[in-house]
Amino acid sequence: MLPSIPVFGDIISPERALEQVDPALKKRLADVALNTAKSNGASYADVRIGRYLQQYVFTREKQVQNIVNAESYGVGVRVLANGTWGFSATSDVSDKGIAKAAQEAVAIAKANSKLQKEPVRLAPVKGYGEVSWKTPIEKNAFEVPINEKADLLLAANAKAMENGASFVNSALFQINEQKYFASTDGSYIDQDIHRIWPNFTVTAVDKASGKFRTREALSAPMGMGWEYMVPKAGEKIKGPEGTGLMGYRYAYDMLEDAALAAKQAKEKLTAKSVAAGKYDLILDPNHLGLTIHESVGHPLELDRVLGYEANYAGTSFATLDKWKSKKFKYGSDKVHIFADKTQKGSLGLVGWDDEGVKTKQWDLIKDGILVNYQAIRDQAHIIGEKESHGCCYADNWSSVQFQRMPNVSLAPGKQKMNVDQLISGVDKGIYIAGRGSYSIDQQRYNFQFGGTVFYEISKGKIVGMLEDVAYQSNTQEFWNSCAGSCDESDYRLFGSFFDGKGQPSQVSAVSHGSAHTRFNGVNVINTARKI
Amino acid sequence: MAIYTREQAEALLKKALAYSKADECEVTLSGYNGGNIRYARNEVSTSGAEENVSMSVESRFGKRSGVATINEFDDASLEKVIRRAEEIARIAPESPEYVPMLGPQKYITTKAHFDSTAKIDPAYRAEAAAKSIKAAADKGLTAAGFLEHSTSFMSRLNSKGLFAYHPSTVVDFSVTMRTDDGTGSGYVTQDFSDVSKLDTGAASQIAASKAVNSRNAKALEPGKYTVILEPAASIDLLRNMFNNMDQRNAEEGRSFLSKPGGKTKLGEKLVDERITVYSDPAHPEIPSAPFAGDGRPREKTTWIEKGVIKNLYNSRFWAEKTGAKSVPNPGGVVMEGGNQTLEEMIKNTKRGILVTRLWYIRSVDPQTLLYTGLTRDGTFYIENGKIQYPVKNFRFNESPIIMLNNLEALGRPQRINGNLVPPMKIRDFTFTSLSDAV
Repeated sequence: MLPSIPVFGDIISPERALEQVDPALKKRLADVALNTAKSNGASYADVRIGRYLQQYVFTREKQVQNIVNAESYGVGVRVLANGTWGFSATSDVSDKGIAKAAQEAVAIAKANSKLQKEPVRLAPVKGYGEVSWKTPIEKNAFEVPINEKADLLLAANAKAMENGASFVNSALFQINEQKYFASTDGSYIDQDIHRIWPNFTVTAVDKASGKFRTREALSAPMGMGWEYMVPKAGEKIKGPEGTGLMGYRYAYDMLEDAALAAKQAKEKLTAKSVAAGKYDLILDPNHLGLTIHESVGHPLELDRVLGYEANYAGTSFATLDKWKSKKFKYGSDKVHIFADKTQKGSLGLVGWDDEGVKTKQWDLIKDGILVNYQAIRDQAHIIGEKESHGCCYADNWSSVQFQRMPNVSLAPGKQKMNVDQLISGVDKGIYIAGRGSYSIDQQRYNFQFGGTVFYEISKGKIVGMLEDVAYQSNTQEFWNSCAGSCDESDYRLFGSFFDGKGQPSQVSAVSHGSAHTRFNGVNVINTARKI
Repeated sequence: MAIYTREQAEALLKKALAYSKADECEVTLSGYNGGNIRYARNEVSTSGAEENVSMSVESRFGKRSGVATINEFDDASLEKVIRRAEEIARIAPESPEYVPMLGPQKYITTKAHFDSTAKIDPAYRAEAAAKSIKAAADKGLTAAGFLEHSTSFMSRLNSKGLFAYHPSTVVDFSVTMRTDDGTGSGYVTQDFSDVSKLDTGAASQIAASKAVNSRNAKALEPGKYTVILEPAASIDLLRNMFNNMDQRNAEEGRSFLSKPGGKTKLGEKLVDERITVYSDPAHPEIPSAPFAGDGRPREKTTWIEKGVIKNLYNSRFWAEKTGAKSVPNPGGVVMEGGNQTLEEMIKNTKRGILVTRLWYIRSVDPQTLLYTGLTRDGTFYIENGKIQYPVKNFRFNESPIIMLNNLEALGRPQRINGNLVPPMKIRDFTFTSLSDAV
């Protein structure tokens, strides 16, 4: 789920984004919340003092359209009273404001406990004392002057226009979450989390025919600082022969990608329309990430499986009986999918989650068999786990934390293999790169995905560009058609910066790693229409 | 206090504006007071309330503009936010799309604020959820639902003399009910400005009967079918069409309304002649703000008349640049319909499929406005004027333009997400595959 771009909080000056709140003050305020909650009858309490900073820059062609600098600062208090959750939040970050929120949280818990059938059971977690964690960035993107950022976007726009684009829209998103978590388990965790996402859409218009086509950036949103924006030869992975494509690992080259995007958008105007039928697909990591997200990440969220999201995001085909059988073939033997909140450069990377659980890595699908879900403290007992997976998240101090998708990634192949070698084995296929149209049903069986560029593969070689391509499949059928991936040297991250879930909807950011991967005999449709 | 009266808002805005030293200054005060309750597995899962009010200031020196916001309103804070916006404006680049701020405007009066909705409290929310859960439990079903309500206002004053004020209320309710064997699911959604029109118990009965009746669906071959789309099913496709009726995109050649040579389809017949769509902020069923986000007055505007595209919306900059009429985008829209009820439409159908809801709708080709998505929570086969049996969900690939050309009949319009939309009977709706999802 990808909602429109949210902006929280008040507009501030860029310099103010560099200020930090003193941890000693936060500890004192956190203790006010915890002590008030306990004295009002809470058996457990946690408090999040959060400062959420956003800086967004939007441009088109030669002009800056908008710059957003926003800050949101406040406190959320969550408690367990009478075995029931209660939550209250306030922007009044004073002793009085925090105490009032804590009292309200306890009052809500007690009121709702009348409707509770079974008391909440929390998996135990160790108290970590006073600790801190910071995204391992080389350069804080908020320290880079806004003009420099606008100039980079305008330079990318110019590259696109020089190479034949009719229009180009570009944007840079930067997030800094300064989160202080404390709980009655004895943790005081101060975290400083950074994320960045450069993005553009290039449009080519053929005025004579009235046809237009777009090509999206092949960047990924990352849990990194400004260093992601500085091109590095060692972080580039050459795409398949005959495409000119380039993959980017831990550093992006926006100008290079914009120039190629314009050429490809133009080429799409006259590309051959695909003949519908069965094809072997070779999927680029910057495309496959979204397929992993929708068809593996979401169905294995335990709250969906249990029915908590039934009214909005939906439930899941991956029911508990399938997991309990220990035989459910989610995919072929080549499919090893793991979850983590620890991967370098990823959007999910943090030291502790939003209920004070130290983050880790665990398997979801091993040798094609469904082996686990994503669970937090109050769910762990349902799947027989002794501890939470550490994937609890709230998108703001004012939002209640709940189970959110960790990074979910497909392990690369163990045998040495590059993308040209992977393509060489395909007789009739399609190579797909980048994100396009994506849609999946509410139990995650049936999906249809497009991409941003498509190439025809014939007898082991790329032979030309295709258009009007989308593939339709069923999750289990699709992953069972997986015939293998390139090796670790081809592995990189894709990301979703604004994944939506819950009512009221909350966003979260999550990465999905993979190498180029082959899927055999997938149903491809032609999407061309006339109106 | 988050909700200001007209007089309170104007007084505070005047006080703030008095600190301005910029060439132009516009101060906007908006407030929100709302709450929600969420339930799943027939229990309340979360419930909360939120209140906030904030002031936003835009200051301009020549073509340079700066924006600052604040949520404290003592004299010192007001002066601080005005100074801050001025500082940002001084260092901002000149905007090539600058247009001067609007002077005084005349706005029509709309009644969008209802005390009934403004008075919703936690006890009302709990009772509303309890009624819905009871409707589920009585039939052995499991409910997951959400009710959200808000009271809000927006007011604006600028140095050219423009003043605007609009208060509104809204309540949104939706519930999905599922059978315990996992083979049936039903959905209902309703929204109102006046909560006295909402009965969550009665609405929930619709979801309950759809859940019970959708058990053990049969599979039909994908293909082209006559469908009856309930308003909750068609609204997202229609909204995607309305959201793409921007003049600039059409003239730039990147819209379904573009034509070769930089021309547009404005004035051309694009859909069936029974399709007429207009917006009217004063419509009693879907009242909305009488002004757009940039302060332009919103008046009754016809967008499609008897199938012909009559108006495209634009920015003030684009209207001036191209010499076109300045047309702000609408709030909610009204699609005219007929007098038939949904039941009568079903009765008049020889063969077809009734669709309750469409889900995960995404653009496939913006050129043809082709979208894909799936049916969900109540899909039924109709034959000889009667619902015969539930059918498995389908994936569709369809364009609202093609759909509105294949029109068979329109029913009586209903409010849906702030719009009025009739149930529609459409022939040759394209289903491309089956889904196992319930």
